[in-house]
Amino acid sequence: MIPLDETDKNILNAIQFDFPLDVKPFEKLGEQLEIKEEELLRRIQRLNAAGAIRRIGPIINTKKLGGVSTLAAVSVPEANIDKVAEYINQYPEVSHNYLRPDKYNIWFTVSADDENRLNEILEDIEKETDCPLINLPTVRLFKIGVMFNIR
Amino acid sequence: MKDIYIQLLRITQDGIPFTSRPFKDAAAELNISEEEVVDLIRKMQSEGIIRRFGASIGHRVLGITANAMCTWNVPDERVEEVGKIMAGFSEVTHCYERPRYPDWPYNLFTMVHSYTEEDCIRTAEDISKATGIEDYKLLFSEKEFKKTGIRI
Repeated sequence: MIPLDETDKNILNAIQFDFPLDVKPFEKLGEQLEIKEEELLRRIQRLNAAGAIRRIGPIINTKKLGGVSTLAAVSVPEANIDKVAEYINQYPEVSHNYLRPDKYNIWFTVSADDENRLNEILEDIEKETDCPLINLPTVRLFKIGVMFNIR
Repeated sequence: MKDIYIQLLRITQDGIPFTSRPFKDAAAELNISEEEVVDLIRKMQSEGIIRRFGASIGHRVLGITANAMCTWNVPDERVEEVGKIMAGFSEVTHCYERPRYPDWPYNLFTMVHSYTEEDCIRTAEDISKATGIEDYKLLFSEKEFKKTGIRI
């Protein structure tokens, strides 16, 4: 964990929530935060090198690109967890995959070009692993932030 | 979608450079001005193609290491109201309604990120109090098998 002073924390919050869309965004952001552009860039470079800032760029809405996605979970016996996780991971369409101990214990997200491909992947996983699967596509979206309040 | 949108997304999706004029190279590549690049990004944002233009944070490096998927059994007629309340919590990074199954009655999903597991548990308790929803489960991630960003 890297040490952060108040200025770093202000920067981390501002570049997530209020990144100015401007030809010279860092100059503008510096004005807002009352620090010089050079200092802001230096601090951002340090935070990036430490892994605290991964990138500054667009968060793309894949739905608008015509893709489909879902969250799915399988109920896997303890002894088969690694094997099943590996089987699921082989699909490039699987973007996230976590062990979350519960009735359904392997939770993964799939993004595919169309509905057919998505269903094909889920059916294959259910059949090949022989584990009960639930498909949990989004019915309604209330928030997708992935922004963090740094305190 | 417009070709120029796709091109601009491809150029910027791995991150803009940390320099005084970060859109300079993208403008040169697309043979347009930096102002036009910024305008295109604004347009994509207002059309919903980009959810947000800004920083992605390495939250684990910053000590935000705990995350819980909280799943809630919410009466269908209260989903709209309750979903909005849950989305209002700053610790909640995602909030979705999803279908129920006979053996999985939980229809609202919230991702909670915080500094400790105790923080996540406390946040879930606060959400429960704020909404009156008492049937819920917290699923902590014990292992990350895969995590990749969505790229085009």
